[in-house]
Order: sequence, then C-alpha cells, then structure tokens
Amino acid sequence: MPELNASRLATLLDQRFDELLAAWTAEQLQVVRRGQISASDMRAQCRELLQAIRRALAAGASTRIDGQSWAAARDLLGRVSSQRAQQGFPSSETAMFVLSLKRPLFDALRRASDDADTLAADIWTVTDLLDQLALFTTETYLRSREALITRQQEDMLELSTPVVKLWDGVLALPMIGTLDSSRTQIVMESLLQRIVETGSDVAILDITGVPTVDTLTAQHLLKTVTAARLMGAECIISGIRPQIAQTIVQLGVDLGDVVTKATLADAFKLALSRIGLSVGRVRPAGAPALGAAPAARD
Amino acid sequence: MDSIPILRMGPVLLVSIQVDMHDRLALTLQEDLSDAITANGSKGVLIDISALGVVDSFMGRMLANIAGIARVLDAATVVVGMQPAVAITLVELGLSLEGVRTALNIEKGMALLQAAVAERDAVLHVMDDADGTD
Amino acid sequence: MLTARTEQIAVREQHDIVSVRQMVRSWSLAVGLGLVDLTKLVTAASEIARNTVVYGGGGTLQIEELRDGLRLGVRLVFEDQGPGIVDIDRAMTDGYSSGSGMGLGLGGTKRLVDEFDIASTPGVGTRVTITKWRSR
Repeated sequence: MPELNASRLATLLDQRFDELLAAWTAEQLQVVRRGQISASDMRAQCRELLQAIRRALAAGASTRIDGQSWAAARDLLGRVSSQRAQQGFPSSETAMFVLSLKRPLFDALRRASDDADTLAADIWTVTDLLDQLALFTTETYLRSREALITRQQEDMLELSTPVVKLWDGVLALPMIGTLDSSRTQIVMESLLQRIVETGSDVAILDITGVPTVDTLTAQHLLKTVTAARLMGAECIISGIRPQIAQTIVQLGVDLGDVVTKATLADAFKLALSRIGLSVGRVRPAGAPALGAAPAARD
Repeated sequence: MDSIPILRMGPVLLVSIQVDMHDRLALTLQEDLSDAITANGSKGVLIDISALGVVDSFMGRMLANIAGIARVLDAATVVVGMQPAVAITLVELGLSLEGVRTALNIEKGMALLQAAVAERDAVLHVMDDADGTD
Repeated sequence: MLTARTEQIAVREQHDIVSVRQMVRSWSLAVGLGLVDLTKLVTAASEIARNTVVYGGGGTLQIEELRDGLRLGVRLVFEDQGPGIVDIDRAMTDGYSSGSGMGLGLGGTKRLVDEFDIASTPGVGTRVTITKWRSR
C-alpha cells in the first residue's frame, strides 16, 4: 500500500509544485529569525528539496528514505543541516526546515482528496516520510555540531600550548590555564616531538600560569620528564606555585630526581649551563643603552 | 636476516637496528655485541633505535642487558634516537631503562661516548689510534 | 557496538610475535589511531603475544575492528590452551613475572590500553582481551 501512496504523492507534488513551494517558504520565514538566512536562499533550498522529494517518490516509489532513490534528498539535507550547524542555527529550527512542509502538504492532500480513508492513509504516509527526513536532518546537524566543537577544541589546544625555542638546544613550553589530563597528554606529545625535530638537549616546562594541578596531571608531567630522559633530553620544571607544591607533597607524588626551578629565568640559566653556555654582562652595571636581562641572582 | 650488523668505528661499536626484531634475533645481537666488545677492546657501544616503532619489555630488557654487559667489559653504552611515542609507551609500561645512557641522535651519542672514553683514558689520542689497543 | 571486520591468526612461535605486531599496526592505522595510541596498542599486543607463546604454549589472536556510533576501535583477543594463571591478581602486579624472567607482569600492559580483560582457568587456558578506542 505505501507504494500506491507514494506514486499518488508524486503526482500531487507534480501538479501543485509552485503552490506548495510558496506555502512552505511562507511557513519557513515565520519560523526562522530575520537576518540568519536570506529569503531567496531559503526559497532556493525549499525548491531544491521539494524537487528531490518529488523525483525520489517518482523513481523509487518508496517512502523509506534509506533507499537509493533518496540519495539526492539525503545529500541536500546533509548540506543544509551542516551549513546551519556552522551558522549557529538552533537544532529545533533546523528540524523545522523539514517539518514546516507538513501543513502545506496536508492542505494540498485535503483539497485533492474526496475519500476520507485515502486521505487518512496519505496523511500517515506524509507524516512518516517527513518525520524520517526531519530525524535525518537533526542527526546530521548534531554530527556537524560535534565536529565543529572538536575542531575548535583542537584549535584552542594548539593556540594555548606553543613550544618555543629559547636558544639553540633549549626549548620552553609555557603552560597557561587549567591542565586536565588529556590536554597535558597532548601538550607533552608535541613537546617530545619538538625535542626530536630540533635536537634540543634541554626543555623547560614552565607552569607559572597554571593555577592548580591534580594527581593525574602531576603524574603526566613526571612521565614526560621520564620519557624525555629516555630519548636523551633533560626536562626542567619551573614556576611551581606554592599551592601546587603543597598539592604535590600532599598527594604523595614523588618528584624523584626531577629538576625544579622557581622561575623560568632560573631554569633558563640552568639550561644554558647544561649546554655549556652562560650569561654575562658586557657593560658595567648602570650603563645606559643596554636593555640587558636582569642579572642572575644566586 | 639472521643477525644485525655491528660496525666498528675506532674504539666504538655502532649498531643500527632497522628491522622489527624477533626475540631470538635480539638475543643474538646481545651475544654478538658482547663478543665484539671483547674482540676489539671497544670502549663504547652506540645503538641507534630511531627506526624502531616499538620497543616492548623484552627489547627494553635486552638494551639494559647490553649496557650492563658492556659496563662489566669496561665499555660505555649509549642508546640513541628513541621515538617520542616509544618513550611515552615505555614509561607507561613501567620500564625506565635504568643504567642505560641515551642521546637524541647519533651525533650527540658519539659526542657522549667520546667524552666518556676521554674521561676514562685521559688521553684523547686513543680515539684516533684505534689499532693496537689490545 | 558493531564488529566491522575480523581476522584470526596463529600465535605459536617467536616469529608470530613479529607478525602480531605488524598486523596490529596495520589494523590500527586503518582505524586511524594516533601514533602514540598505535604504539601503545602494538606494544601491548607484543607483550601478550609473548605470554601466549612462552607461557600458554601457543594459541590464537582474533583481531576485530569495532564501531560504536561514531567511535572506532581495535579489539584483540588472545587465547591459549596452556596451564592458565592461578593467581591473576598477582600476575597483574607490576614487576611480577613467572618463569624465565620475561614479561613485566600484565599491570603495565593494562595501562597501555583502554579496556583490559583477562579470564583464566588453571589447566584449561587463558583469554586476554584488550581494546583501544580512537580518541577524537
């Protein structure tokens, strides 16, 4: 029976295409907030989908949208919903893109039908079909949103954790913000990778900008130091705040023989000495014109 | 391939592991290296593992063994080129390769060995005069 | 959860441990595991395969590609009909090893994977199942 309904539906769409399109677009424009999408774009999307639905019904004579004849309609809905996800449409409005076709279609069916049983069957077919399409749209929308969030997270991670070269053979990783264990893990991997790429003997992990660490994060830091050592490089941790020092001791995390320094400057001085360099003054103190680094204190 | 080639560069033996070794091959390498240290009177062993995508506990233990054996035979060992992913995995596995010296690459490893040899023999000349050390 | 494809290979002798490593590597690449996760899984497979050969007297590896919604993963099931493990808790402790001093104990191996399950009956055999999921 659904096959019968499908072909009848196809004919209806054929006959009343323009009328349906106008009614549907009008419905849409009520739902969608102004400025989010232009009326002509909206109209074009509606037209394209309506044509795809008509062709699918005519070709496949089936109202199950996972079939081959619905590929074009699915493709279009996929594009529309991921585009709306990017533009920040709420999920309900995205679903309404399809659902708002219900009323115009029901109206058209009612006007075309003279038999109550056939009308009921047709309305059921249309409801079922549009619900499937709406669900598909929502799913695609969610998937696009998820991909978007993941990408933004990755971007943020990259931005917030630059590995910088302080000197030939000395890298530094100034970390800022809360360290959760997954972020720490990714940061550490990129640090170790940079150590290999640059052939740096010393890397400084500066956590001045980190307010707190938990046990897992502290362990990640330690594992990184150990992994770097296995690779043949040395890690110095600098900028441990007093609260973090207390946490580390209270948590019973064994820092072992990890080298720690109070400030990044101290760590840098140590790093330079490890590669056989030192910082010295080239003019007497107080002489102008020299924006020298503050003298190292002991 | 039945054995890993061992190259001799003056007082240093150089091994570059390029294949995924099965356990027997790893043990053979350990034996061959012990023999070669004695036969050549080598003062250092450099093992390049930069081509290895995986070092499991067996391989890790073999590296530690080689370092231990070399030490007994009066030679220093440096393992060079461990990949970051391998290092992270070994740490997670709980293997820290105690007693094994490491360097980032062959150049740095060589420098480390030369320094170790020089320190031991005080006379740097040994480096150039590979023959006649026995 | 869905098993997209599966394959079984023998784990009988030392050479097979190398084959296990190579196979797990190529399956991990197919699923898209990152380099560190891939290295961890291959290393874990190597450890368990050695146990299967040395203590289990040989057995099999069944490798499965998993799909759970959007998540992809690799599952490895090692099975042998060896003597089995009497005290699993002890075998899981770090630093524990029986016999010839091989194997780090399974505790370290467990840390390399996302899911770890071991079932062993003395006299019947051992089955170790490990899974690694692709992190997003």
